[in-house]
Amino acid sequence: MNFRVLRALLKKEYLQIFRDKVMLRQMLMMPFIQLLLLSSAATFEVKTARMYLVDNDHSETSRGLVEHLRASGRFVVVGASPSMEPANDALLSRDAGMILGIPHDFERDIVRTKSAKVQLIYNAEDGALAGVTNSYAQQIISAYARDLGASLRPMVAESPSIDIRTRGWYNQALDYKDYMIPGILVQLLTIIGTLLTAMNIVREKELGTLDQLNVTPIPRSAFISAKLIPLWTIALVELAIGLTVARFVFDVPMRGSLLLVFFAASLYLVVALAIGLWISTAVDTQQQAMFSSFFLIMIYLLMSGLFTPVRSMPTWAQWIAEVNPVKHIIVIMRAVLLKGAGIADIARPLTILAVSGAIVLSLAVRQYAKTSR
Amino acid sequence: MSDPAVVVRNISKKFETTVALDDISFDVSHGEIFGLVGPDGAGKTTLFRILTTLVLPDSGTATVLGLDVVKDLWAIRSRVGYMPGKFSLYGDLTVAENLSFFASVFRTTVKEGYNLIAPIYRQIEPFAERRADQLSGGMKQKLALSCALVHRPDILFLDEPTTGVDAVSRREFWDQLHTLRETGLTIVVSTPYMDEALRCDRVALIQGSRLLEIDPPEDIGRNYPLPLIAVTSSDRYQLLLALRESPHAHSVYPFGAELHFTDDRAGADPASVAAELEAWMKSHGFTDAAAHPIAAGIEDSFIDRMSTPARRAS
Repeated sequence: MNFRVLRALLKKEYLQIFRDKVMLRQMLMMPFIQLLLLSSAATFEVKTARMYLVDNDHSETSRGLVEHLRASGRFVVVGASPSMEPANDALLSRDAGMILGIPHDFERDIVRTKSAKVQLIYNAEDGALAGVTNSYAQQIISAYARDLGASLRPMVAESPSIDIRTRGWYNQALDYKDYMIPGILVQLLTIIGTLLTAMNIVREKELGTLDQLNVTPIPRSAFISAKLIPLWTIALVELAIGLTVARFVFDVPMRGSLLLVFFAASLYLVVALAIGLWISTAVDTQQQAMFSSFFLIMIYLLMSGLFTPVRSMPTWAQWIAEVNPVKHIIVIMRAVLLKGAGIADIARPLTILAVSGAIVLSLAVRQYAKTSR
Repeated sequence: MSDPAVVVRNISKKFETTVALDDISFDVSHGEIFGLVGPDGAGKTTLFRILTTLVLPDSGTATVLGLDVVKDLWAIRSRVGYMPGKFSLYGDLTVAENLSFFASVFRTTVKEGYNLIAPIYRQIEPFAERRADQLSGGMKQKLALSCALVHRPDILFLDEPTTGVDAVSRREFWDQLHTLRETGLTIVVSTPYMDEALRCDRVALIQGSRLLEIDPPEDIGRNYPLPLIAVTSSDRYQLLLALRESPHAHSVYPFGAELHFTDDRAGADPASVAAELEAWMKSHGFTDAAAHPIAAGIEDSFIDRMSTPARRAS
């Protein structure tokens, strides 16, 4: 490779990138805005569930249960009535998200048989929301049952039989942010790597400058390197910005080596950039490049385990996820940042990334050589 | 230097179902300005793209500076200068940045190529720090030419270089091409304009993907096959319509302030044809009409060829 030619090409690329102030601003703002929005707005956490109360017991114990739910801060009582009719109406009109039904013999059953029934009805239009609300309610109710067991012990022989204690490792507070932010940073790398690369090369096709470049002795290797290196560096700078924001604004733990994070990201970017290069060989306009990139990125992200766990996908989808580079870099990011994993712990996904990088890049370069003279 | 600078032999090229070039052959000598003249869509750009190694021909061979356009593409690329029809420099880079970029990718410097480009580049040098997309059409063209020349190529390919450029700049541009030719540079240039064809050393008429004729521009009208009469009248449009219906009309079209009338009797004496035509016009109410025989120019020749390609081909 001729380094003088490569240097001239790189200089030109950086000049163009730094001259496009609009793009530059957007690239700098992107990590902030994405992290802010996706990590705090796009959360499964349920702040307050609106609860409609149908208490037919009116006992000390039933009032205690309601009080426990309210005291958790996660439930507010938006209405109460002795019959189910108005409760159902409230659920239908979405005035309430759930109904808590307490039967007539609640307290008596607890005292006599140490077990009683309560009814929980959810509006499950949004399944995830209902599920999360249910798990909060279950936790609080069983905690209350434990308390009752303790306080009732002098009177009854047995304490409640089942005692489940949950403890989330590596993310003890089950903080949604800690889990999402590494993934969002990966999304950022993917957009810059794939979308910007494809657009950047296709723009030269559209403007006709690619023809002008092709009637020069620029070797293909120099041209491709000069296209990929600048976006590779920019993506890594973005990652640095994103990690800084994650650490100091969102207090995301960084238990592992940051050097390892950047090393893995560099490998992953080779794949992302090569895919962008590949797209650029298949399309003629920036519009097509944008559409193809978005299409691919969407599939990649949906099948990556960023939003939904890979383990809950059907088997065929799990196989796709296995060859999805986004899945592996997300695994690595979460493992290194949240668990403090070392290079040995992530050797497998790291190897997969390195191998796919080599394969995709060489295929993309071959495709580029085929479509241009 | 005895071999021609460009040798094209039986080149054909199809794009899906469209025939872009059909069995084209010609030579370009060293140090000449060779014009490819033809309407839009005639195949000129495809021919340029084949000669500059961007596109492969379907059949036929071509050499540039003795190098094969298919096999020796890298050798060709470092020795030709190419200016595509569309402005293809970086609009977001300045004039100076564009020039030094193109010098660098040819492994040279602006300084080394300065002598050659100086007559052209000096005119845009005051705007060296201006972004290329903020230049006027004429200045863009000068910059593009400078960039195509900065590595001192042995041959220059200019695809419709003056499209979108004002008349004064066009004339200046052609003066510059003649200055460049003095340095021994071979120039292949395409144009849809007949006045520019006149400034070439030789011209190839190309139409409908076929080459019609190659001659020095002043000779192109010489083989005009029919008597050609120039006609003037105050009522040009009505006369045009009337003449098209006249007994021996082969073709009638406006030409500047006149009409050019081609009689369909090959070999007839032009003077008597003109007299006969004038009488016909007067008898049809065009009292101020006048007719006189003229020699065909390149434009007449071209219009004739375009309207009757079948007759030429046979």
